[in-house]
Amino acid sequence: MSFSSDDIKNVAHLARLHVSDENADKLGADITNILTLVDQLQAVDTQGVEPMAHPMDAVQILRADDVTETNQRDKYQACAPETEEGLYLVPRVIE
Amino acid sequence: MQWETVIGLEVHVQLATKSKIFSGSSTAFGAEPNTQASAVDLALPGTLPVPNEQAFRYAILFGLAINADINKRSVFERKNYFYPDLPKGYQTTQLDEPIVGPGVVDIELSDGSSKSVRIHHAHLEEDAGKSLHEDFHGMSGIDLNRAGTPLIEIVSEPDMRNSEEAVAFAKKLHGIVTSLGICDGEMSQGSMRFDVNISVRPKGQEEYGTRTETKNLNSFKFMERAIKLEVERQIDVIEDGGTIRQETRLYDADKDFSRAMRSKEEANDYRYFPCPDLLPVVFDDSYIEAIRKEMPELPDARKQRFVESYALSDYDASILAADAATASYFETAQAVSSDAKLSANWVMGELSGRLNSEELSIAQSPVEAKAMGELVLRVKDGTISSSGAKKVFNTLWESEGKSVDQIIDANGLKQVSDTGALEAIVDEVLANMADQIAQYQEADDKKRKKLMGGFMGPLMKASKGQGNPKLFNEILQRKLNN
Repeated sequence: MSFSSDDIKNVAHLARLHVSDENADKLGADITNILTLVDQLQAVDTQGVEPMAHPMDAVQILRADDVTETNQRDKYQACAPETEEGLYLVPRVIE
Repeated sequence: MQWETVIGLEVHVQLATKSKIFSGSSTAFGAEPNTQASAVDLALPGTLPVPNEQAFRYAILFGLAINADINKRSVFERKNYFYPDLPKGYQTTQLDEPIVGPGVVDIELSDGSSKSVRIHHAHLEEDAGKSLHEDFHGMSGIDLNRAGTPLIEIVSEPDMRNSEEAVAFAKKLHGIVTSLGICDGEMSQGSMRFDVNISVRPKGQEEYGTRTETKNLNSFKFMERAIKLEVERQIDVIEDGGTIRQETRLYDADKDFSRAMRSKEEANDYRYFPCPDLLPVVFDDSYIEAIRKEMPELPDARKQRFVESYALSDYDASILAADAATASYFETAQAVSSDAKLSANWVMGELSGRLNSEELSIAQSPVEAKAMGELVLRVKDGTISSSGAKKVFNTLWESEGKSVDQIIDANGLKQVSDTGALEAIVDEVLANMADQIAQYQEADDKKRKKLMGGFMGPLMKASKGQGNPKLFNEILQRKLNN
């Protein structure tokens, strides 16, 4: 499986990463190499093997439904670029 | 050409937990912006989610209520997309291994028939925050209080064929989740939101047409309207020789119009993968069976009980039993008044009409169930007439804290039911109405009925509105007809 520079650009866009044309070619080649390794893994017969959801062989611990957090808005908003009336302000987004 | 509509629903139900699905922040509605958004909800570096057990219990309870398979092992995935009200850059949700597998919801339709709607699955996920686009000098304001509120998303099969079926299904789900107590059901606060997948196909064709998804409808009325509009739009497009694009649409209730959102082709590439922060969640049979034992009464069983214990009609029972809040209101009112039918009439008539016109839910009713029961009791025992009762109801609605009996006394609404006193008033009034009496006595039965009103007016006036109209009528009939 090969990964073109167009594929790189598409994935970069989805992840909101800026990738230059020059880097896109290089990254395309790198990722194609990685996918070659994946192809080798794909060749292994995995019939009857249950897919893993997590590398740790353990089960999730759950917590009780209690409110344990208090209002720390001022502290959190101290590191936000801009706030108003308690809201975080971001560049306008509209569908 | 005859067209058939095909509808499937995705329903987001906010679970009534006290804290969020992955953090200990409160989920209470209406707090100041961002006062219930903690480090986990804000996706600050170094934080780890810890799932809330109650969210799983609620999801399992729902699954059991619709006879679904409960998956003893379920897995969280990351659904990746960028939006400012999603601080992590992904929504933690479930995909291939959801907590609730296939199930069935039965709906009843207005023609008395019923239909089964299959549920594909229901999964647990977190809600996003809210974006406010107005009044921030070209910026958007973000409130993350809602971010991380637990949701179950219920995904139906495309089994509905018109808006009536879709609305009946939505209402049935509302009844089930409120009866289970896993959701407060407050639609106006976004506690239940519907995404509707709609397509049309020529009648008889097996293959589905291309579907669109109208997102985020938060009332049954808007849902019905949005479906009708979208079906008309699709048929128009196809009949004009066009084709339907698979797209996401937004319905604007103010303008009664829907529009396509920007193309989702790229945005739909969510690049799901298992969330490395969360391990598989596993329950055993005894855990699930213990939850089954806590199953409260569901709408279908409650309807049956209302028919049997209160002798209500099927229709009345199905309306009153449909959701937990209405059912409990009715049962409180009927316990106070000991008159089920009259209580049912008041709850479904005067009360429900007023709630609808003021867009309130029954839980928000200014007239409490106990007061309604006292009002019905006073109608039943003849203390007030039905028109007097309407006045009491309006007063209860406007002014909190006054009892029904206080209102009746303060406004002189008590009926006079002393037949001797009423008879004296009738005699006095009739003494001055010789012409009308002559006219009445010459008239045929049909006309007589109409003429009765001409006597009732002066009688009510003479009794200052307090005479019992039923008794007045009886006395009048007796005096005029002999």
